Parts: sequence; structure tokens; C-alpha cells
Amino acid sequence: MSWSARLHPITPSRPPTLALSRRDFVKVCTMAAAAVGMSSTAVAQVIETAATGARPSVIWLHFQECTGCTESLLRTSHPDVADVILDLISLDYHETLMAAAGHQAEKSLQDAMAANAGKYVLVVEGAIPTKENGIYCQIGGRTAIEMLEDVAAKAGAIISIGSCASWGGIPSADPNPTGATGVSTVLGKTVVTIPGCPANPYNFLGVVLQYATFGTLPALDDLGRPLFAYGRTIHEHCPRRAHFDAGRFANKFGDEGHRLGYCLYKLGCKGPQTHANCSVMHFCEVIDAWPIGLGSPCFGCTEEKLAFRVPAFQTIDIERPTPPDTYPPIYAEQGGVSPVATGVAGIIGGALVGAGYVASKKIGAADADRPSDDRPAS
Amino acid sequence: MSAHADVRHAPGPVGGAFFTPGVKIVAVVAGIGALAIVYRLAFGLGAATNLNDGYPWGLWIAFDVVTGTALACGGYAMALLVYILNKGQYHPLVRPALLTSAFGYTIAGVSVVLDVGRYWLLWKVPLYFWHWNLNSVLLEVALCIMAYTMVLWIELSPAFFERGVTAETPWIRRVSERGLPFMKKALVWVIALGLLLPTMHQSSLGSLLLLAGPRLHELWNTPLLPLLFLVSCVGMGYAAVVMEGALASSVLKRRPEREMLAGLGQAILPVLGLYLVLRLGDLVWRGQLGALFAFDLYSVLSLIEIGLFIAAPLMLATERQRADMGNLFRAAMVLVLGGALYRFDVYLVAFNPGAHWSYFPSVGETLVTAGLVSLEVLGYVMIVKYFPILTGRAPEARAPILART
Repeated sequence: MSWSARLHPITPSRPPTLALSRRDFVKVCTMAAAAVGMSSTAVAQVIETAATGARPSVIWLHFQECTGCTESLLRTSHPDVADVILDLISLDYHETLMAAAGHQAEKSLQDAMAANAGKYVLVVEGAIPTKENGIYCQIGGRTAIEMLEDVAAKAGAIISIGSCASWGGIPSADPNPTGATGVSTVLGKTVVTIPGCPANPYNFLGVVLQYATFGTLPALDDLGRPLFAYGRTIHEHCPRRAHFDAGRFANKFGDEGHRLGYCLYKLGCKGPQTHANCSVMHFCEVIDAWPIGLGSPCFGCTEEKLAFRVPAFQTIDIERPTPPDTYPPIYAEQGGVSPVATGVAGIIGGALVGAGYVASKKIGAADADRPSDDRPAS
Repeated sequence: MSAHADVRHAPGPVGGAFFTPGVKIVAVVAGIGALAIVYRLAFGLGAATNLNDGYPWGLWIAFDVVTGTALACGGYAMALLVYILNKGQYHPLVRPALLTSAFGYTIAGVSVVLDVGRYWLLWKVPLYFWHWNLNSVLLEVALCIMAYTMVLWIELSPAFFERGVTAETPWIRRVSERGLPFMKKALVWVIALGLLLPTMHQSSLGSLLLLAGPRLHELWNTPLLPLLFLVSCVGMGYAAVVMEGALASSVLKRRPEREMLAGLGQAILPVLGLYLVLRLGDLVWRGQLGALFAFDLYSVLSLIEIGLFIAAPLMLATERQRADMGNLFRAAMVLVLGGALYRFDVYLVAFNPGAHWSYFPSVGETLVTAGLVSLEVLGYVMIVKYFPILTGRAPEARAPILART
């Protein structure tokens, strides 16, 4: 358990006066479902499932991390949304949020596992240390590896949230003293991986709601990331993309280009190689609440090869450079010359000139043959 | 107009069968053109032509209207010669020249109707005069050409009345008998109009492209454009009369008005001299000689065009050359080609609406133009066979229907 949770255990309290209206409830559900790319009828089903209380049981484990992913889930723009999230899922075990402590906490974990065996969703936040048999992260005398393998064995679905749980994140940065690594490496199988530092809570909510409503998981890329959120690079949908295409760049922080909101590529923006939907789904329901929106280059938090590996201000190659370095013509070609038209015009023109020449010969010949008495008397 | 007293020069119908083999061939071309016209009227400009927003004017304007009316300036050029320069001896050439002019202008009018996208609204143009844009050169050209076409047919009307007085239908005879003396009195005013109108619109055809401004290539883009169009159209008018006279006498087996045609060949010389001085002097004055000898597309076309305008007077320089009917015909043809090329150059080649636009007439456009010209030939043959247009006696000489005084 993280130290802050132990010092300040928080109980998810919901004063009746702050109860959410159905309208706001539906809005949050819709955003989460839309993030997964569900159809409008599926969204209705999700809302129905969430409203009738058939909430998915969620067990949330914390390992080597900063609790930032949990924070981003809770620190939404207005506090009620955090309550909604807690309404949508049955957070049966969460080391940061639960009131229980010590052996009581351990018991609640075992109870939750037993009650929903094979159905609960395991969410892992934080990297798992593997050096020295994983002694760098222990709870109740058990290492992170032991806990993970124990809880994962009976889980219906496993989600690793945040870059740490995905591949190691910041604890795995060189020289990686604890041998920190991600959930899929430890378990040796593919899990739903939602990287990000922090991960966008809507991507997480969408996955959980889809699982709760339909019992399915979204399509994943080869790194286990849902394609609906990680199928495209930041660069492809970046609001500053027009500046990139036009060659308008911020060259250093605070210069004119930076203040005018030009492209941050030359400041080391990792958007061209980073697969994430931050550019279209900003954080905490606040417009432009994401790094590039605030004037900071993307640092590639969803990419194992970029975040905490490549220096933040180092420029990178453009992946899938689009459009190519030549533009299509702005004007479509209009008009044209057809060979048949040329041929017809040529035949008619040639025939006229030829006929004219032949006529002139005839006229000349006829004139020469004219009888002498027909000549004009001059 | 003492020449009229010579009965040899009195006009008379050619007579003979209408459907000769040559006429049949021309009729087939006209029929194909008619089908193309029906297609254009039914399916629209986009389907029938290669016209586009960059080149809204194509073959129908460049050839049928601009070149066609210049060739149809025979009537205008002859009227200048006969009535302004008072060379009455050329009067026998006026009527055939007027006939070709009337057909040329009528064809131009038909082409304009075909070239207007929503042709069914065109009848409003002459009527809704309170909507006229009085600063529009195009309006002036349109009204002038419309008016002049009517003037030409009116100028020609005595020929129809002369035939009408011998008609068997009583009302035609009555109308003709009254019309003939009226026209004799009115003709001087009509002729005055017939001199004014072409002067206006033939120069305006040049002004039209002057309005294109920088889109017109420097080799042709000169304030003298209207004057160059006017002067060259007079030359082309004489050339057309020479060609028509020589061709008609050859095809219809009539004695050519050789001394008159040779005289016209001489009349061409000062006109072409003036044209060349203006054209070359303008290029020198505007410092475009470099462009003239750049040997790109524009330069080559200019050189060919100017070369034709130089070749024609060289072929007509001596009296001996002009007396040779074959040579006279060829010289007129060279001049007509030069004038046509000049107009095509200005209207289609020199005009550059911007990158990515191109134009070449579609098969349909070419067929329509060929059909209209064939129709013109058919009409000409028909009218000269039944109405007193041509002078000179045929081998089986017919007496003139009405000797003019």
C-alpha cells in the first residue's frame, strides 16, 4: 500500500445533497462508452446496466507507482463525476480508497475474490519489481509478484492501468534498480494495457463498462493496448498539426511561435510516434487539459520506447509521415485534347486547305484555257 | 454607276438543278452537323463541348463568330470600296459579297445561340433594354451583329424582290412590286448603317480580348487590338470576295469577273500594308521583338501568322500575278488563313486563363461548325441558282430579269 493511503485513508463518501442528476450520469456513461467507440444502442445498454446496479466488481492493486492514475480517475472537473465512477463500478478492493487497514484489508481482498471468482476485474496500477525475488514491494509479507499471480488467477479480466503497470514506467527507467516491469511480462500473457502517465480515465471506464455490459474486451494492438484509444498517433489528430504541415514551429519555450501555439515538434514533441487519443480526448473534461494543449511537448508516456527512455526535448523521427512531402495539385486539370477530336479537326482543316489548293489549280487552268475573245478589253 | 449599263454585268439567277453531287456531299456534312446541334441543345454545353470555366469561348466563338464574321466582311469591304471610295465599277461584286456576308453573320448568330448555355432565355436580350449593361463590349457586339445581320438581309432584299415581281403567286408579286421602289429609296440609309455597324463590332471583337488584360499574351496584347481586327477584317473581306467570285465562277461554270477580282487583289495591298505596319510597328514599339523570335509556341504561331500576311501581298505584287486567277485565288486563301490564324491566336492561344486549364474543340463542336459552314454553302448555292445575285453570263446565257439603271 502506498504511504499516502496509509496516512490518509479516504472513504468514498457521498453526501445525499450532491447526488448526481440522471442527465449528468448519462453524460458520463456516454463519454466512457463513446471512448470505446460503441454504437448509440450499445451506449443505451451500458447506461441501463450501470443504472440497474449490476456493477462490475473491481479489485484494484497498487504496486510501484505514484497513484496518479487513481488521482486522474477521481480528480475530475467536478467532484460528482468521481462519485459516478464509483457508482459505475463496484470497487470492492482499492488500497488507496478503502477504509479498512491491516489484516482487515487483507480479509476484504480475500472476500472479494471469493465472492466474484472468475468474474471480477483485476486492475493493476504500478510496476512489479522482479529483482531479488521482488522484495522491493511487499504488502502483508507478500511480494507484488505473489499477490499479482494470486489475484490474477481468478480474475475474469485483467487491466493494467498506467505506464508503470503496462511495462514498468518510471520505476523501470535506467538503471532500473528494482527490476521493475509490467503485468503482462510477469504473468506471461496479454492483458488489456492502458498506458499513460496518467492513463486517461475514460479509456479505462470504457473498457470496464464494455466488459460489464457485454462480457467482451475491446480489440487490442500487439502491445495489448485497446485500438480505440491507441490506434493512431497523437500527431495524426493533433490540433497543432496544421502548423506542422505549414512549417510553423516553436523553436524554444516562450518564443513567438510558442506563444502563438505553433507546432512543438522542434521542442522534442513525441506526438509523431506516440499512440494515444489525448489529442481528441482531453483530461478531466477540461478543454486543452493535456500536455500539447498546455504548450508542453508530448513526452510519449504511452510508448515503452519513448517515455523515460528518450530525453524529453530530443526530437524524434516522424512515424508514418503524412501527407508526403509533395501535395496533390490544388486545381484539378480542366479540359483536354482527345485524339479523335484532333483527328476530326485535322481532317476537316486539311480537306479545306487541300480543296482550296486543288480549286486554285482548276481555276488557274480554266482561266488559261479561256477563249481569247472572252478576255476583257483593257 | 455607269458599269450597270453594261448588260454583261447585270445579275441573274444561275438556274440549273440544285442537287448536284457536290451539293449532296455538303448536305450530308450539314446533316451530321444538324444532329450535333440537336445533341448540344438537348444535353447541354458540358456534354457536347470541351468548353470549361477557363475557356468559356471555344471554336464556335473563335471560328464561327470572330473568323466567320471577318470573312463575312466582304459586304462591308465592298461597300467601303463602292460607296466610300466611289469605285462604282465594282458594283457587280456587291451583291454576291452581301450574300456571303448575310450567311456568314447569320451563321455567327446561330453559333452564339448554341454557345449560350441557357439559350432559351436569349430572346430577352434585345427586349429587356432597361437591363442592359451599357458598359459591356459584349453587349455592343451582340446588338451590332444582330442589327447588322438584319441590315445585310435588307440590303440583299432587292434581289429577292426582283425575282418576286416575276413570281406566279399574286401576293408575292404584289409585295415585290411595292418593295422594290421602296428599297431603292431606302437603300442609301441601310447602306450607311451597313457601313457603320461592322466598323463598330469588328473592332469591338478585338476590344473583347483587350479586356482579358494580363491573361492575353504580350505578342497580341496591344491597345491597337481593335484597330488590327478592323483593318485585317477589311483585307479578309476582299480576300473572301475574291475566293467566292473565283470559286463560284468555276463551280457554276460562269465567266469570272476577272478584271474586278484582280482589282480587288490590288485593293488588298494598301490594306495589308497598313495592317503590317501596325502589327510590326506595335511589336517594335512595345519592345516585343524578343518575344517574337523566342521560338516558343507563341512566337512560332505569330511568325506563321505574320508570314501569311506578308506572303499574300507578295503573291499579289505585280499586275501579272493578279491577272493569274489561280494565283489570285491562292493569295486570297493565304490571306484568309493568316486572318483566321490571327483570330484563333488571340482568342484561344494567346488567352491563358491560368494553369491547369486547357481547351481543344470536341468532335461535337467541330461537327457543328463544319455543319453550319456546309449549311451556308447550301444556302448560297440555292439562292444564287434562283435569285439574281451573280453577274457574268453563263455559257447558256440567260437574260437578266430586271436590267438595272
